[in-house]
Amino acid sequence: MNKIVEVKDLTKVFNGYRAVDSISFDLFEGEILGLIGPNGAGKTTTLQMLLDLTTPTSGEIKIFGLELKANRGEILQRVNFSSSYISLPLSLTVEENLTVFARLYNVSKPKGRIEELLKVFEIYNIKDTPTRRLSSGQITRVCLCKALLNNPSILFLDEPTASLDPDIADKTRTLLKKIKDENGISMLYTSHNMKEMEEMSDRVIIINKGKIIAEGKPDALIAQYKGESLEDVFLKIARQ
Amino acid sequence: MKYKIKRILAYTIRNLYLYKRSLPRLMEVFYWPVLDLVVWGFVSVYLSRQEGLPDFVTFFIGALILWDILFRSQQGISVSFLEDVWSRNLLNIFVSPLSPSEYVASLLLISIIKLILTSTVMAALAWVFYSFNILTFGFTLIPLILNLIIMGWAVGIVTTALIMRFGQEAEVLAWGIALLFQPVSAVFYPVAVLPRSLQTVALFIPSAHVFEGMRLVITTGAFPAEELIWAGFLNIAYIVVSILFFSWNFSVVKNKGLLAKVGE
Ligand SMILES: Nc1ncnc2c1ncn2[C@@H]1O[C@H](COP(=O)(O)OP(=O)(O)O)[C@@H](O)[C@H]1O
Ligand SMILES: [Mg+2]
Repeated sequence: MNKIVEVKDLTKVFNGYRAVDSISFDLFEGEILGLIGPNGAGKTTTLQMLLDLTTPTSGEIKIFGLELKANRGEILQRVNFSSSYISLPLSLTVEENLTVFARLYNVSKPKGRIEELLKVFEIYNIKDTPTRRLSSGQITRVCLCKALLNNPSILFLDEPTASLDPDIADKTRTLLKKIKDENGISMLYTSHNMKEMEEMSDRVIIINKGKIIAEGKPDALIAQYKGESLEDVFLKIARQ
Repeated sequence: MKYKIKRILAYTIRNLYLYKRSLPRLMEVFYWPVLDLVVWGFVSVYLSRQEGLPDFVTFFIGALILWDILFRSQQGISVSFLEDVWSRNLLNIFVSPLSPSEYVASLLLISIIKLILTSTVMAALAWVFYSFNILTFGFTLIPLILNLIIMGWAVGIVTTALIMRFGQEAEVLAWGIALLFQPVSAVFYPVAVLPRSLQTVALFIPSAHVFEGMRLVITTGAFPAEELIWAGFLNIAYIVVSILFFSWNFSVVKNKGLLAKVGE
């Protein structure tokens, strides 16, 4: 499989604190890679460095084989991002918000693309509703539509289901898996919910205090550490 | 290049949608300026009768409208940026292909659109209420207005940078920073009434030259070349410094990982 993201010795120091400490990993084409770890482990910081929102202290990031800083525009055109901590202007309708982003990404036939995505996420009925009147579950799904508008090759998701109730969260995960299978999108997905990641990820990286402490397929990790679940594995390693 | 322009327009349209959808935002464009004009316009009419000051109404209402252009130009930028902060949309914007310089360019465009709306309404009302015709400034109006817009941009860009860096604490600057410039801009009185030290400060404020120029046109009808040259050169310096400050600040913000935290 092809490496689509290559990260080498990535480090971020905030006021002397190593939030991300020399991590290296690859994301392969068509896989869901889960970045898991407790709150404060450095997941968000890592993701933000991959999106050029935060500048690394040191290390290398290549996406599509291109160095991130030097090829920012080209790379951002082909990836996208969503998370539970972002939202969209509340006074605009769902369709207006998505139209703006369709134009920012220069999507051809934006109207058709938007309708198609709204249908996939089963929110076509709220197309003309002002974003203000949506539930947090609906906003999350609109943000996911936004994240898929440009047919990204890579989707970066930072705790995308954190604000959802268990039922919607589960539905969303199923949908994301389906989208990945149908379109071959690669995903880098963070969560502190290890159970969720066990189910979602083809491969996981467990990080703690900025360092990678284990890496592999969920089953393999569970077998290797003789645990019951990823959570078990994490606790075993963290307490060693 | 074509895509650059497309992206800039896309983001500009976002802001127009905001105004279409939101009464409070539309009020902000029309309500305050119109109230200002009504109250201060009648005050000036009253004073001109009492004191028999010739041209007083023209001075005052001309100053009001022009000051509002500077204020709107600055606010158009900072408030549009705040819209993204408040709606937690900033990350959506900055992970899109819209580059930071394109983002600033579209903020400038939005500010122009907003201030054209506001000043057209103000100028029309001034004509109806006080028979004040802003076009009596003639051709001179164009460089006067351009200078105010550019100064507003420079101040707005710096304000936006400060909000990015210092978050909520700095938000108040979006409304307050222009007022800081008002006393030394000699909007409603000549620079000559300022104390010596402030006169020296005013020398380096583009808007002070604009308002001196405005009064010169009203009293003598002459083209205020010297004032406009001063204002022009100062403004070039202002805009260059503001853009350098913004881009330096942006890299500081990215180093400190603050982009995701603005508004928290
Ligand atoms: N902008 C910042 N400035 C200072 N410290 C930060 C900043 N962002 C994150 N941190 C710190 O870095 C560590 C990792 O944070 P984060 O990446 O958000 O963790 P996670 O997403 O895994 O919960 C935490 O200790 C957090 O307090
Ligand atoms: Mg996080």
